[in-house]
Amino acid sequence: MSKPKVGIFGLTGCGGCQLEILNLEDQLLDLIHAIDIVHFTEAITEHSDNYDIALIEGSVATRHDAERLEHIGKIAKIMIAVGACACTGGINCLKNLYGVEKAKELVYGDKKGWIDAIETKPIEAYVKVDYYARGCPPTRTEIVDIIKSLIVGKVPEIPNYPVCIECKRLGNTCVYDLGKTCMGLISRAGCGARCPSAGVGCEACRGTIDDPNVNAQKDILVKYNLTVEDIMEGFNLYNGCKKIEQKIK
Amino acid sequence: MAKNLNIEVSPLSRVEGHGDLVIDVKNKKVEKLMLRIPESPRFFEAMLVGRNWTEPSHITSRICGICSVAHTYASIKATEAALGIKVNEQILKLRKLIFHHECVQSNTLHVYFLAAPDFFGAGSVVSLIETHPEVVNIALRLKKMANDMVRIIGGRAIHPISTVVGGFTKLPTEEEMYQMKDMLKAAYADLETSLKVLKTLKLPQFERETEYLSITDKKDYALYDGDIKSSDGWIIDGKDYLSKIKEKVVEHSTGKHCWASRDAFMVGALSRFNNNFDKLSDNAKTYAEELGLKAPCYNTFMINIAQFVEIIHCIDDSIKLIDELMVSGLDENKAIVSVKPKAGRGVGVVEAPRGLLIHDYTYDADGKIEKANLIIPTNMNYINVEKDMAAYLPLIIDKSEDEIRLAMEMLIRAYDPCISCSTHFLNVKLVNN
Repeated sequence: MSKPKVGIFGLTGCGGCQLEILNLEDQLLDLIHAIDIVHFTEAITEHSDNYDIALIEGSVATRHDAERLEHIGKIAKIMIAVGACACTGGINCLKNLYGVEKAKELVYGDKKGWIDAIETKPIEAYVKVDYYARGCPPTRTEIVDIIKSLIVGKVPEIPNYPVCIECKRLGNTCVYDLGKTCMGLISRAGCGARCPSAGVGCEACRGTIDDPNVNAQKDILVKYNLTVEDIMEGFNLYNGCKKIEQKIK
Repeated sequence: MAKNLNIEVSPLSRVEGHGDLVIDVKNKKVEKLMLRIPESPRFFEAMLVGRNWTEPSHITSRICGICSVAHTYASIKATEAALGIKVNEQILKLRKLIFHHECVQSNTLHVYFLAAPDFFGAGSVVSLIETHPEVVNIALRLKKMANDMVRIIGGRAIHPISTVVGGFTKLPTEEEMYQMKDMLKAAYADLETSLKVLKTLKLPQFERETEYLSITDKKDYALYDGDIKSSDGWIIDGKDYLSKIKEKVVEHSTGKHCWASRDAFMVGALSRFNNNFDKLSDNAKTYAEELGLKAPCYNTFMINIAQFVEIIHCIDDSIKLIDELMVSGLDENKAIVSVKPKAGRGVGVVEAPRGLLIHDYTYDADGKIEKANLIIPTNMNYINVEKDMAAYLPLIIDKSEDEIRLAMEMLIRAYDPCISCSTHFLNVKLVNN
């Protein structure tokens, strides 16, 4: 693909993924020369409805999000979900767990009728997604790698092995030995094991690998005298929209 | 002047999130003038209910990618207040250090990437690359420096990891501490160049005095901690915020509207400067003077300058903090204090880059959240933005519709609103009878 036209869009989310693109600093100018960014509301005023690739940040949490996403899906040839909110529904799924109507009542009280809010879903619930840049936030390298691969016409390589492998390679002390829980055994690598390296258990913000070794996870829980419930709360942080607890149980 | 004017800018670009500008003038009478916020509601106050005390800082950091450190610390401070936790001096200094660099990162992004294109007559930073490459390169270097500081201390530039209730799960190494000091010192040349560029800018002259709210401290230029201060002459403990700050739901906005002593107030860099300018570093004071920023300043457009002055202060103070921390070096045994859950309420108040930020949590005996209330700086500014728009419009009404639209966008953008984060298609409708 020669210089592709790219649109960068945000649905319901924190804007952090779009910020990670601006945070490319060393590579930002190269990226701007390699692609033609025609839509990026957070950063530029010019805008267009003519793009080949759409990068979507955020989950679908309002009717308005759903309409916009379907509109973008009709135009873009390639859809890339960027970040946990777009890929798995992310932290916004906690709203579903609380209950959408109950949440509207709690935050907006008797004015809840003014509020457009629906059950949170990842974007794949509405459009076909070609590639996923996972994580909260995704790594800058992965976003760039996906775009670079598309420009040179190859399929981006996304790790399908667990965070544990990256973590071991770095020689970290296992966070279970620090008395904490960790989802690194079943979560998708590619983040460089950022959280365990900083002394915090993996929160599975990149979702699970395709075929997680659920038995190994269970063995670890037994070894450290923990239950599935002990890790499920944490797992719901970014995966509340998926019924992954069924898999582990 | 235009007899009839109907401007709708949807969405406003170069702001974090989604806001629409709506202006409707009929027969020279302003019928409608508002900042409409159709941004998706997030429901964090509901998401937090039932979560364990270890989680709220990681959850609420996701309110905003641009001010994730501020949310992290408003949250941690609320939890620590509720659980009765006191941290040591080493933790406090490291927290101030990481906190400074979200301010530098965010202020840089706004001044150079989001606001500057207007002053140079460009549509975006992309056009600035062609016309003012030196400005773009300075911005990229400053942002990188600040992001690297947050990453070294917190483990990640956005949504920091090691910043937890009780302290830090990991400390920077000695080598990293000196590396950070070198990075900070290297930034001064770019600040000098920026000063020269900023001096050439002509900011619109528009003054509207209002109530200025920020936190304040006896020693520090308060960012991480302090009491709430109003320019109307009161200071309260952060935990008593409800006695002064009121909020309500309005139909045209998913962000609630707030007010305090009067019908509107301003938070953010200009409020901080007006309330606490005497606590700025000497260097930052000199920069302010060079750029014609004097307290009290009532020109909303000077928020941009106040943000730049804060970058100088944060860099000066960071070097001081690193020097103080390295007198005896970092002590691993003081990285974190122990935490035991208990029932209670706690309020955490900090200055996010965009202004006063309040988290208020009530915990049950097991350390799970029963109730949460969050007050976000951009919400606090909404009424004031609309009042500024109403005061500014008559001054520029004789200009062309395009000029009016741009001037109003610049006014709103000066507040650096963080509406995190949704987008639309631009829709401008002009009615000429």
